[in-house]
Amino acid sequence: MSALKIKKGSNKHSAYNLRPDFSDVTERHTIAVLVDNEPGVLARVIGLFAGRGYNIESLTVAEVDHSGRMSRITIVTTGTPQVIEQIKAQLGRIVPVHEVHDLTVEGASVERELALFKVAGTGDKRVEALRLADIFRANVVDSTLESFVFEMTGTPEKIDAFAELMRPLGLVDVARTGVAALSRGT
Amino acid sequence: MVVQALKDQGVEVVFGYPGGAVLPIYDEIFQQNDIRHVLVRHEQGAVHAAEGYARSTGKPGVVLVTSGPGATNAVTGLTDALLDSIPLVVLSGQVPTFLIGNDAFQEADTVGITRPCTKHNWLAKDPGALSTIIHEAFHVATSGRPGPVLVDIPKDVQFASGTYTPPSKVKVSHYQPPVKGDMEAITELVEAIEKAKRPVFYTGGGVINSGPGASQLLRELVDATGFPITSTLMGLGAYPASGDGWLGMLGMHGLYEANMAMHDCDLMINIGARFDDRITGLVSAFSPHSKKAHIDIDPSSINKVIRVDIPIVGDVGHVLEDILKVWKARGRKTDKAGLQSWWAKIEDWKKIDCLKFKQEGKIIKPQYALQRLEELTKGMDRYITTEVGQHQMWAAQYLGFEDPNRWMTSGGLGTMGYGLPASVGVQMAHPDALVVNVAGEASWLMNMQEMGTAVQFRLPVKQFILNNERLGMVRQWQELLHGERYSHSWSEALPDFVKLAEAFGAKGIKVDDAADLDDAIAEMLAYDGPVIMDVLVEKHENCFPMIPSGEPHNKMLLGEASTKDAIGSAGAALV
Ligand SMILES: Cc1ncc(C[n+]2csc(CCOP(=O)(O)OP(=O)(O)O)c2C)c(N)n1
Ligand SMILES: [Mg+2]
Repeated sequence: MSALKIKKGSNKHSAYNLRPDFSDVTERHTIAVLVDNEPGVLARVIGLFAGRGYNIESLTVAEVDHSGRMSRITIVTTGTPQVIEQIKAQLGRIVPVHEVHDLTVEGASVERELALFKVAGTGDKRVEALRLADIFRANVVDSTLESFVFEMTGTPEKIDAFAELMRPLGLVDVARTGVAALSRGT
Repeated sequence: MVVQALKDQGVEVVFGYPGGAVLPIYDEIFQQNDIRHVLVRHEQGAVHAAEGYARSTGKPGVVLVTSGPGATNAVTGLTDALLDSIPLVVLSGQVPTFLIGNDAFQEADTVGITRPCTKHNWLAKDPGALSTIIHEAFHVATSGRPGPVLVDIPKDVQFASGTYTPPSKVKVSHYQPPVKGDMEAITELVEAIEKAKRPVFYTGGGVINSGPGASQLLRELVDATGFPITSTLMGLGAYPASGDGWLGMLGMHGLYEANMAMHDCDLMINIGARFDDRITGLVSAFSPHSKKAHIDIDPSSINKVIRVDIPIVGDVGHVLEDILKVWKARGRKTDKAGLQSWWAKIEDWKKIDCLKFKQEGKIIKPQYALQRLEELTKGMDRYITTEVGQHQMWAAQYLGFEDPNRWMTSGGLGTMGYGLPASVGVQMAHPDALVVNVAGEASWLMNMQEMGTAVQFRLPVKQFILNNERLGMVRQWQELLHGERYSHSWSEALPDFVKLAEAFGAKGIKVDDAADLDDAIAEMLAYDGPVIMDVLVEKHENCFPMIPSGEPHNKMLLGEASTKDAIGSAGAALV
């Protein structure tokens, strides 16, 4: 007899999947993290996201202050408001993290990403690709008789849109850097 | 250099185990007498011993292990300390820098393996930075929310001669978690305190970590307001068990009155606790009618599980001081009439007498054994450690703690095998005190090799084993949740604990009759040396009260009778 009348094999009553039922509207946030540029710091940030089950849509990192040995990590993530708050608090706990900024809520910001597109084709398709590239202000950085490599900088949405247009025109490969972002003004 | 850095950090005891990659440090240890080294029998034991030392003194515990297996053996202890916020500094040896990445003998990526189970860790590749890193390690381990840190030191760095930087010359770390709480939020909390009709303090390990001053301030606030107070497993002793406001522990195996007060309160003041799932039960039904305040030094604890109305980020001691100041300045107001009827309700809950049990005949009930232990050791200079299981919960229920830092248990990780090495660490710190490890036979076996350490270092630790020949807590869950199918939850082929004690050079006592229990405990207490006491107890006793996982606080099971009726039949367990 099971005193608690819990169905055999049910895991519903395990204490380990008790999660609060907070608002489940998923939001997309861009978070900038200023860190000491020391070995392993990126692993700490990525390990936090993996270990706690947070999403990473894009992540970029580079040293931004050579003399101060500081790097800036820009993370685009999605989650409910509670999860986003947790992500920021958890990032703030990492010892080499100096500052955490949620650019999505801290006033206006600019986001840019750089992408390279390889498009192969001949004839009309090739002409059309070149024409669209011109409209999107993408530069040709390599060209053969059968292919182009375009370079484009823009918001992630603009890059998505361009990739969609190139697909039927012979898109072979895309390389994207991920988002770099700064708040506007001073 | 390493030993110099430890000395300058005020370290008196190191728990460790040598090996090839730490020989230069062991050589330094050999040539001095200021720091005592305790040779454990397994690196997991070293870490738990350091936890016991740290928890019972408020100082960071220090561990020294070799590379590879030495470091991997320390991982469970590190995780345990991380979850219970215990400050530790673990130094591990590493293969020489020029061999790192080569799969060298006894090489492990220690920094990689321990990254998720430390608060922070370092690979000290530069001899010139080694002393600075060690000082920073102590700073990080002990400031903000405390936790374990690890410094991995390659062997060539240990041999190299770099310049030593004393702590006073180290540049101030950028890691400075704020300790003062926001005054606006504190004032808001004071206003809530003034108006509350059904308030309850819910305190946790954060009060202990904040230091004895914080416990003192907590007592002052609780007694001056006349509010009831309950505590998590980790917070026992911050407020005295004999105090007027004390409701007992809350949570899955907490007291009826404590959990009911949490469920029905209109103001919950969480001080240094973290709304762990063992505390909240079903989150959506957790204390549905209360305003909730949460004081915590770690911002990530706030709104992680339970949304709170008044979050206060800061050190418990500092925040309590400010609360008292503001509350007093505003005229020490409380809703006296409201409190009176709230206490009347609490007294009704207390009448249920949720810890009652019947000791009949010869067979010793585990609760009885603890009741007698409490009775015969109350008032002594006493420290208690535990293993993990039913005995741990009974110890929390039946033993009374009058002071902080007297209760060492593995709360967050629930690590079987914690108690014996922890008792070794506690006794190192308090050589003249009574240190008792309340153990289950199964947990105790997990680190029983540390009996050798106790004997070698003449540590008179008392191993009080409540032997039910079962993995009791597992058996209880199987009885209640898995249709009484007792899959692998009994202890077979147990050693003869008396002979085992003798084999280690300790004293063994066995007792299986309730009538002999007092004499056996007296004999244990009187013996000037380590004792293993094998208390054969009732095998099928269950630990109640119990909030089944996934149920709210007011759906508590009180005893055998209520479980037979099953939770579904309305109000079986309830008033
Ligand atoms: C290292 C480890 N393995 C497994 C468990 C799961 N577990 C929790 S309590 C328990 C039984 C403990 O038995 P015992 O030490 O005899 O204590 P009792 O419950 O009988 O008092 C087990 C196996 C654990 N907590 N830790
Ligand atoms: Mg047992």
